[in-house]
Amino acid sequence: MAISTNKNGQKIWAVRDRNTQLTRWFVYFVAVALIVYCWQTISEATTWFFVVDAPRIAGDIGGRAMPPKWSYINELWEPLWDTINIATIGTVLSLIIAVPVAFMAARNTTPHQILCRWPALLIIVSSRSINSLIWALLLVAIIGPGIFAGTIAIALRSIGFCAKLLYEAIEEIDEKQVEAITATGASRWQVMAYAIVPQIMPSFAGITVFRWDINIRESTVLGLVGAGGIGLQMQSSLSVLAWPQVSLILLVIFAAVILSEMVSAKVRAAII
Amino acid sequence: MSASMTASRKWRKPPMIKNPLMRWGLTTGCLIYLVLAFGSFDVNWSRVYEGLDRGWQFILAFSEPDFLSRKSDIIDGMVESAIMTITSTACGILISIPIGLGAARNIAPLPVYFICRGIIAISRALHEIIVAILLVAIFGFGPFAGFVTLSFATIGFLAKLLAEDIEDTDRSQAEAIKATGASWWQWVTYGIQPQVMPRLIGLSMYRLDINFRESAILGLVGAGGIGATLNTAFDRYEFDTAAAIIIMIIAIVMLLEYLSGVIRARLQ
Repeated sequence: MAISTNKNGQKIWAVRDRNTQLTRWFVYFVAVALIVYCWQTISEATTWFFVVDAPRIAGDIGGRAMPPKWSYINELWEPLWDTINIATIGTVLSLIIAVPVAFMAARNTTPHQILCRWPALLIIVSSRSINSLIWALLLVAIIGPGIFAGTIAIALRSIGFCAKLLYEAIEEIDEKQVEAITATGASRWQVMAYAIVPQIMPSFAGITVFRWDINIRESTVLGLVGAGGIGLQMQSSLSVLAWPQVSLILLVIFAAVILSEMVSAKVRAAII
Repeated sequence: MSASMTASRKWRKPPMIKNPLMRWGLTTGCLIYLVLAFGSFDVNWSRVYEGLDRGWQFILAFSEPDFLSRKSDIIDGMVESAIMTITSTACGILISIPIGLGAARNIAPLPVYFICRGIIAISRALHEIIVAILLVAIFGFGPFAGFVTLSFATIGFLAKLLAEDIEDTDRSQAEAIKATGASWWQWVTYGIQPQVMPRLIGLSMYRLDINFRESAILGLVGAGGIGATLNTAFDRYEFDTAAAIIIMIIAIVMLLEYLSGVIRARLQ
């Protein structure tokens, strides 16, 4: 807040004083210049004729995709089952690694501040930075296509997410309970089991279900790079331009995602 | 209570799920599911075993990443990813502010509320890659399709969180502004906006970070960015180049995360 006086000695109220205002204008100016420059680069790489023509093409594709080919659904049950398995088993596998990593990364439970905490944080960051589709791409190149590659990809991506949220939960626990259990003469593991674990259990369950829900969404597209699930069917339908099949697959994915989101919301509401 | 009774009753940890029927039902259900799932899980172990060698080579590639032999491809891809990230974040923020205002129950009329919530739900349910495939089919290859995809995904994320934040704002401040006879615009700019601004900036920075990460995969379906270079590197088993790209992505994401942390700390 700043108050300035004009020539007549009248006080004028303004939200900011002059220097802050000028700095703000400068930041806005730089940001706008950067965005305009970036936009121009995109614009140069775009064939604008196609963009102008887009509504017609979209209408054309939409026309071909409708109505969905309902009889195709019998071939989708198995890939859908695979998709759900990829997400679920991937989540379970990731938790097996994420839990120890989270305990190593949390300031109050780590065995060593540098030797254990930093590697754990590095694992979290690198797992989080790489999208599961890139992990899948990599694993398909290494261990071959199939649902195994997809499951491992989902697991690798989830480690960082689960471990990060879990270690934040561990750092926020009530230290008094830990102290009380320690005062009874409990060993390190007993303190863990009776003071720390009960406190983080609700957030652990919440994180698991939340990530499972995200993983369902992600595992639907893993098939595009050959890592199993319903995405494989989508890829093959797309490559032969079978739009009625594509629209049915999209509907199935949509339903699966909405359903999993409802389940996850229900479970989290029950926990909290 | 007699001494013999206390000796026979041992203390046990209270279970997390109180209802025993529910607890055992859930446990057996999970077990049955896991057995069925692993039953239908066919793994070609010999293929996996063959792959271990390649996997080891990939891990070794991280110790000597090759930034140089595909230098121009990597730079072009990274610049394109960065450009897509910046424009789509800016465009996404601009669109999600009105949608976020519309999706907040305390300031929007009911019909507007339902329309905005519908847009948010659609944007959140579709994975970026699926949107990108459809948009590449419509707009043709190139960064424009990626730009539209990321902007669309940003709306679902930002508008939803902004709307929830607006719903949580302090009513008395907004009411005080209204009592001065302010118009709707003045009411929003002076009563609501200052309360949600710090969080909006924090979320925008976070979304910038997410958009960069997502832009790395859009190239797989032809929507521009570093993903195409990465895909080619994997297809040709050039693990050292792939390692270089992955290291760069991790470094940039870490940098963005650090920057957003600094900016958020300064705002609060």
